[in-house]
Amino acid sequence: MVNRKIVGAHYGLRDWLAQRITGVVMAVFTLIVGLGLIQGAGASYESWRGFMSAGLMRFVSFLFIVSLCWHAWVGVRDIWMDYIQPAGIKLTLHVLTLLALIGYAGWAAQIIWRL
Amino acid sequence: MTTRTLQFKIYRYDPDTDQKPYMQDISVEIDATDRKLLDALVKLKAKDDAIAFRRSCREGVCGSDALNINGRNGLACLTDIASFPEGKPIVLRPLPGLPVIRDLIVDMTQFFKQYHSIKPYLINNDPPPERERLQSPEEREELNGLYECILCACCSTSCPSFWWNPDKFVGPAGLLAAYRFIADTRDQATSERLDNLEDPYRLFRCHTIMNCVDVCPKGLNPTKAIGKIKDMMVQRAI
Amino acid sequence: MSAKVTVRKFDAVIVGAGGAGLRAAIQLSEAGLKTAVITKVFPTRSHTVAAQGGVAASLGNSEEDHWHWHMYDTVKGSDWLGDQDAIEFMCRKANECVIELEHYGMPFDRTDNGRIYQRPFGGHMSNFGEKPVRRSCAAADRTGHAMLHAMYQRNVKANTQFFVEWMALDLIRDAEGEVLGVTAMEMETGEIYAFHSKATIFATGGAGRIYYSSTNAFINTGDGVGMAARAGIPLEDMEFWQFHPTGVAGAGVLITEGVRGEGGILRNANKERFMERYAPNAKDLASRDVVSRAMVTEINEGRGCGPNKDFVYLDITHLDPATIMKRLPGIHEIGIQFAGVDCLREMLPVVPTCHYQMGGIPTNYHGQVVVPGKRTQNEIVPGFFAAGECACASVHGANRLGTNSLLDLLVFGKSAGETAVDELKKSPKSHKELPADAFDRTLARLNRLDTQKDGSNVHESRLDMQRSMQKHAGVFRFDKLLKEGVQKILEVQKDVEKTEIKDKSKVFNTARIEALELDNLIEVAVATMVSAEARKESRGAHVRDDAPDTPERPNGRDDANWLKHSLWYKEGNRLDYKSVNLRPLSVDTIALKTRAY
Repeated sequence: MVNRKIVGAHYGLRDWLAQRITGVVMAVFTLIVGLGLIQGAGASYESWRGFMSAGLMRFVSFLFIVSLCWHAWVGVRDIWMDYIQPAGIKLTLHVLTLLALIGYAGWAAQIIWRL
Repeated sequence: MTTRTLQFKIYRYDPDTDQKPYMQDISVEIDATDRKLLDALVKLKAKDDAIAFRRSCREGVCGSDALNINGRNGLACLTDIASFPEGKPIVLRPLPGLPVIRDLIVDMTQFFKQYHSIKPYLINNDPPPERERLQSPEEREELNGLYECILCACCSTSCPSFWWNPDKFVGPAGLLAAYRFIADTRDQATSERLDNLEDPYRLFRCHTIMNCVDVCPKGLNPTKAIGKIKDMMVQRAI
Repeated sequence: MSAKVTVRKFDAVIVGAGGAGLRAAIQLSEAGLKTAVITKVFPTRSHTVAAQGGVAASLGNSEEDHWHWHMYDTVKGSDWLGDQDAIEFMCRKANECVIELEHYGMPFDRTDNGRIYQRPFGGHMSNFGEKPVRRSCAAADRTGHAMLHAMYQRNVKANTQFFVEWMALDLIRDAEGEVLGVTAMEMETGEIYAFHSKATIFATGGAGRIYYSSTNAFINTGDGVGMAARAGIPLEDMEFWQFHPTGVAGAGVLITEGVRGEGGILRNANKERFMERYAPNAKDLASRDVVSRAMVTEINEGRGCGPNKDFVYLDITHLDPATIMKRLPGIHEIGIQFAGVDCLREMLPVVPTCHYQMGGIPTNYHGQVVVPGKRTQNEIVPGFFAAGECACASVHGANRLGTNSLLDLLVFGKSAGETAVDELKKSPKSHKELPADAFDRTLARLNRLDTQKDGSNVHESRLDMQRSMQKHAGVFRFDKLLKEGVQKILEVQKDVEKTEIKDKSKVFNTARIEALELDNLIEVAVATMVSAEARKESRGAHVRDDAPDTPERPNGRDDANWLKHSLWYKEGNRLDYKSVNLRPLSVDTIALKTRAY
């Protein structure tokens, strides 16, 4: 088989931007949670549940989870790209990672809206 | 004349005779006229003609004598002997991350391949005018800090991203050259140049580690140039 | 080492990838010819990269200028030893060649109206020698770097085929004297190849390394000149070597004349601007030979600076620091690196240092190598071209003007390329057959080196040569020292003929490369010493004690007997002479005159 170096996938910028934007979202979420904790949201289970189940907070939490998954997807995929060379195994790992991340996101959503 | 003895630990490997590489302890007498590491290396070669290293201009403009000196990439001809601590051997190794041909000489094919991959030449398809293409002093100033690169490879071979993906990541030297042409008002291929780098590897494997800035013997800043390319890509995308 | 030689065929082979080689390569590659460029170092490491001050062209971007004035300055600078046809050709072609470079992408500095920035330079005057003119087109003080990279880049675009880290060893000539290519060694493997070609262009640069103190790179070992001499080509005007006035004292690193172009002043121990006494009109911007001699005179008369009174100062402390950092950033860097001096505040210690070889392989202005023959004194050697410092067109004569070297390599690199393209179009499809003994000289040299026992040390022999040249053929020359020098250098030559190397490896054997380089250096050194001893006059860079300045012979120049080019032949170590061409292509002869600045 011809062993050519194949580059030029044209999604470099999208992923790089995504990682930065999702990073900002996660930072903002961390800040909000931090502020809540300072104001005593973590004092009891009841207050914590009240804090987390507010309508807007549910949406923000979900945004955070999606950002985390997306961010992790780019990062983990880079690791597979660097360390796993056989294309078949690499693709399998990509798919497994994606499935896991989507699963985690769904599971998280379930938890958030069960509150 | 005052003399001083310099102790060296030098990476030696001659594939013709050696099973594997080894570090050789060797010393050389230098006098007050020997200011730079290259002066000492030349004396060392007079003592043992088999030590192989590249050198040419001995004034930091040709980029031949890049080495890993006490763990840090630099040019032998610009490294002051006075900067070495007394009593400790000077450890010389070939540039990291590239295949060794012999002793301190590395195979730079991959490095130049990446340089060539960014189309390192002015692209302007207008018919050439009778006289020079005009460029204001301010526009020309944009090229400062970019065109001075001597292709010594100190930067790219100190970059972990390049160590891991030398075949897919362009590396700091190549990206600096890419921006040199993007920044040139006479060049018309900005879009193609950006397209050429729009990939998870070629540009975006730069994780702003900034080893390149740290070691550049010409004081250039590839990371800044890479940042500017990313800025332009974002601008173009939104 | 195996005696196996692999033959590869090309339309043209260029030896050397500095300015001249790359310029010629552009011409050939863009014409679609199968071209090989052989180079000892990666192209951008060639020594053109170290040129600083600029390239001359009468663009007139800042003030009125004309190629005819440039031509006058060049003829005068050459002390009338330059061939006026070649000089006119070069000066008229200058604008075209510099503009082409700009189109290739060279980052020239700019004037406020967007044109190429030009600065004054030594010996370049307006209106036939009246006052300094801004003629040197510059990219800060990195003009050579910017130029070499721009030309390499153009070659990348043109898909030129480079053989990087290959060393050409010998010229292949057949019985009729036609040149059919070169033999070469791939450094990485030590394998020997022959490049069989219809056109062979030498662009191998100078041999400044024959001197102990030189601005030149380690690689400047006169390989092309040595190869030509071994193949029976005479060497022209080898006695003329330029000592650049401002090399960093002790280190030899070049400080551009552009420093003086931007307003720098040379001062002696009394802080006196001594050039006013030697060149009342041009002062610090007089021609290089004049300035170097003035500096050595100051030092010899006890007005040198420093504890040993062995250098003078170059002063730019009065200039605006912003100007220095914009126009001379590299010099600021060199001052700190090699003199330990911050030139914004302190003066730079400088001393005349060997810089440029005015002589070389004789060519006409088409870049074709010419030798005296049965019919004329300039018969073309078929298939052989040369350009740049290794060639002698002769445009620099007895002394080169600053910035004319970059111009030389552009104009004659291009011209040699163009001529080769034309010749190749006319030539038959197939290559002329290689003679049976094509590789003999190369294989004999390599075999000798590999089997030498109880030989001489390469490093020691080279030092002997360099010290002899420095002592016996320096800025000022003395009859007695030259005579001794000839004896001395012939002794050194005997050592060089039996150099021995300890390293016998086939892989990147730099000891072998240095020994082979020394074979070339010694040819240049002998040619220089012998030609210098024989020339019994003072002219340009060649000034001797027994040809002093007299009313009958101003500056010691003897036009009646010595207005002629020297030709040194390796075979028999003999000299011949040929006349100087005083007839330009279209204008009147620039008549002989006493040279004063």
